[in-house]
Amino acid sequence: MKKPLFTTSEWNFDLIQDVDKVLGDLAAEFGLDTYPNQIEVISSEQMMDAYSSVGMPIGYSHWSYGKQLLSTEHSYKRGQMGLAYEIVINSNPCIAYLMEENTMTMQTLVIAHACYGHNSFFKGNYLFRTWTDASSIIDYLVFAKNYISKCEERYGISAVEDILDSCHALMNYGVDRYKRPYPISAQEEERRQSERAEYLQKHVNDLWRTIPKSATADAQKNTPRFPTEPQENILYFLEKNSPLLESWQREVIRIVRKIAQYFYPQRQTQVMNEGWATFWHYTLLNELHERGYVTDGFILEFLQSHTSVVAQPAYDSPYFSGINPYTLGFAMMSDIRRICENPTDEDRMWFPEIADSNWKETLQFAMKNFKDESFILQFLSPKVMRDLKLFSIVDNDEEDKIRVDAIHNERGFRKLRENLAGQYNLGNREPNIQVYNVEVRGDRSLTLYHYMHNRRPLGDSTPEVLKHLHRLWGFDVHLHSVDGNDIKQSFHCPQQSS
Amino acid sequence: MSYIIDRRLNAKNKSAVNRQRFLRRYREQIQKAVSDAVNERSITDIDKGGKISIPGRDINEPIIHHGQGGYNERVLPGNKQFSEGDKIARPQGGSGQGGGGKASDSGEGVDDFSFTLSQEEFLDFMFDGLELPNLVKRQLSGLEEFKSVRGGIANEGQPGRMNIVRSLRSANMRRLALTGGKRRQLQELNAELAELEKIPEAHRDYIRYREVVELIAKLEHSISKIPWLDTFDLKYNLMIKQPIPRSKAVMFCIMDVSGSMDQATKDIAKRFFILLYLFLQRNYEKTEIVFIRHHTSAKEVDEDEFFHSRETGGTVVSSALQLMQEIIKDRYSPEQWNIYGAQASDGDNWGEDSDVCRDILVDSLLPSCQYFSYIEITNNEHQALWNVYESIQQQYPESFALQHIRGVGDIYPVFRELFHKKVA
Repeated sequence: MKKPLFTTSEWNFDLIQDVDKVLGDLAAEFGLDTYPNQIEVISSEQMMDAYSSVGMPIGYSHWSYGKQLLSTEHSYKRGQMGLAYEIVINSNPCIAYLMEENTMTMQTLVIAHACYGHNSFFKGNYLFRTWTDASSIIDYLVFAKNYISKCEERYGISAVEDILDSCHALMNYGVDRYKRPYPISAQEEERRQSERAEYLQKHVNDLWRTIPKSATADAQKNTPRFPTEPQENILYFLEKNSPLLESWQREVIRIVRKIAQYFYPQRQTQVMNEGWATFWHYTLLNELHERGYVTDGFILEFLQSHTSVVAQPAYDSPYFSGINPYTLGFAMMSDIRRICENPTDEDRMWFPEIADSNWKETLQFAMKNFKDESFILQFLSPKVMRDLKLFSIVDNDEEDKIRVDAIHNERGFRKLRENLAGQYNLGNREPNIQVYNVEVRGDRSLTLYHYMHNRRPLGDSTPEVLKHLHRLWGFDVHLHSVDGNDIKQSFHCPQQSS
Repeated sequence: MSYIIDRRLNAKNKSAVNRQRFLRRYREQIQKAVSDAVNERSITDIDKGGKISIPGRDINEPIIHHGQGGYNERVLPGNKQFSEGDKIARPQGGSGQGGGGKASDSGEGVDDFSFTLSQEEFLDFMFDGLELPNLVKRQLSGLEEFKSVRGGIANEGQPGRMNIVRSLRSANMRRLALTGGKRRQLQELNAELAELEKIPEAHRDYIRYREVVELIAKLEHSISKIPWLDTFDLKYNLMIKQPIPRSKAVMFCIMDVSGSMDQATKDIAKRFFILLYLFLQRNYEKTEIVFIRHHTSAKEVDEDEFFHSRETGGTVVSSALQLMQEIIKDRYSPEQWNIYGAQASDGDNWGEDSDVCRDILVDSLLPSCQYFSYIEITNNEHQALWNVYESIQQQYPESFALQHIRGVGDIYPVFRELFHKKVA
């Protein structure tokens, strides 16, 4: 038996270095490919700062981050909530924050979880590979922060705040889902920014050059719609075509859009990302223990916090707040390993292609090529559904009771799996809204269509969001909820008196 | 390869600017919450920071999301009793499954947004938009503190304060001045030497040539002897001490403790005095308080006695004013002190006395005071004292104010009324 790396709960920098070295070697042994790590030890106040800037090390100033900070601070100081043990940033090198209050066991857990789990996910998963560029994000944030503060100096804090508020309201509609943007560095961004400003203004003016005159019915029929095809990236559309914005305002829209795009993969891979990181901290730390690097006391402390991370309260528990992505992800990842190593007959029937395969390769494949929706559809096994006792309900406003649609039995497995996957489909979760038409020759009003999914209407805050859209567009804005060809509900800004 | 960095020493208030932005944006709501809090708080923690709540619906950030209704599927964990095809009644209210989408404007169920203000921020909001009237005297109070300011260049000083540019410049000047004549000679000799060297060696005046060469060597040597830097070249930055102007204020709290003042009335008075004290403290570096209580005769007391002991008896307000005048004469020269008077009473006074009060105030107190405020805490009709004071206020609207308080809720508004910024 070799001497353990540490026996007390106090941490110090040498110990962290040693532990990181051992974990790094182990991770490489398991075939994890990672960016270099940058481990930063911070205090709890700094952690709260990081919280309020959506986990990024730098960001532009906005009151909503202050609101976040105040509420975190308030709950933390009153002991209503703990802070996360770590924050990890998808950048190259991969930055992970460790809190100084953590014990050595927690630091080890966090290093395994963030620096090897999340890090390898960021580097491997196809969404992150296509949509984000880890090496340029920090650069871009620096550019954004400087640009926004320059705008504040020139145009006043309130003017910039107004635009940012409006952009934030539409942030989820500032994402390209099919085109891949290519990353550029801050310097280049700055250089291009001025070119872009000039070009854009010219381009926009061109579109609006005709003096608006009252359109006859005849003319309306003949002119093609603008945009010729519906646009789902609303912020992009506004940036390029909104008639009244100044070029700095367009640039602000662009910044918000870029940041939304950066977070887009994270929103689609929560279960996988957390599951992967949890699976690996579990595997790595158990391996540490097996090889005698850590004591039994360590493993008990670790298991205690691991268990609370992957706890899943039942639907009727007061603590229930949806499915815990850590639980689901960890259960599925561990189950894939089980299927590869000790498959049952059921597994052989459901997963003939992965049963008895090399578990490391299979997990790598799963991590690299899927997002939550497809991952669940592909890999959720009957065993996991049974263990979590999943069931699916249908709430149809045309029936007066909620119906249980499927439960964890032979008949229900496939249905359950489909429904659960659908729950992680961003396309289902967020209302599908697209820019449909602009009255180029008329009153310049903007029309958007909401294509209803399962007859679900828009929420109460829609009129508020429409006000923001109106601010960015400058002329009347109409939003119609359509189901098939019928308009079910219409929102207007400014409100129409009818 | 991993890098481990200790960031704990970095600034921790990176988000402070965002916090400020938030406070700026919701200034009005917070101000209202603060003024409510001031009235509700107990006296001892009136000036603490602390929990503030503003309505959640004001600070929402709207986004587009699905509303209720339509066809929804949901997967939940922890099934215990359900089988396929079971029907469950919709939970009433609450958890959002309710059909019909008739939530209408009862969306007010949004929780208040609570957060913590620091003491400094709390006081900022509390006294926002208020100012002390007649801030004229900011007397230098002598010897207490100095600050160092730059006072040009001196020839003597500490080595640490040496001004290198000036020193080298003066060294350069000295060298130029001392070597001027010699360098001119040297130039002439060099020119002569050049002339001599043009002549072929055989025809040259050899003696003169030797002489010139020697002279040149001598001159060069003596020029090089001039020291490059001499002690009297050294120049130093001069720092001179300047006294920091400090302003001092003294506040006189005058309270009637006669039998007619009950504990509740005193409590109100105390709150008012505390507000005033906090406000003065923010405006002056040094604030002293003098407590004077009176019934038929006045007495200077300490804080505890001021608020807690009770006496009975009649009321002679002028006795307190008289005492205040004496104390000013003794200890607080109006030349050096900003003097503020605050008087609280239930309005009772002995009949003849009110006119005496007027004389004392007008003749001796008001000229030396920055501001004198009188609050009357009563639910009854005003009496003679109020009428007299009212006439003083018309005479001296700049430095005298009076207000009427009925209950605890009035204190803060009245306080704001007394000190609100007057737009010039």
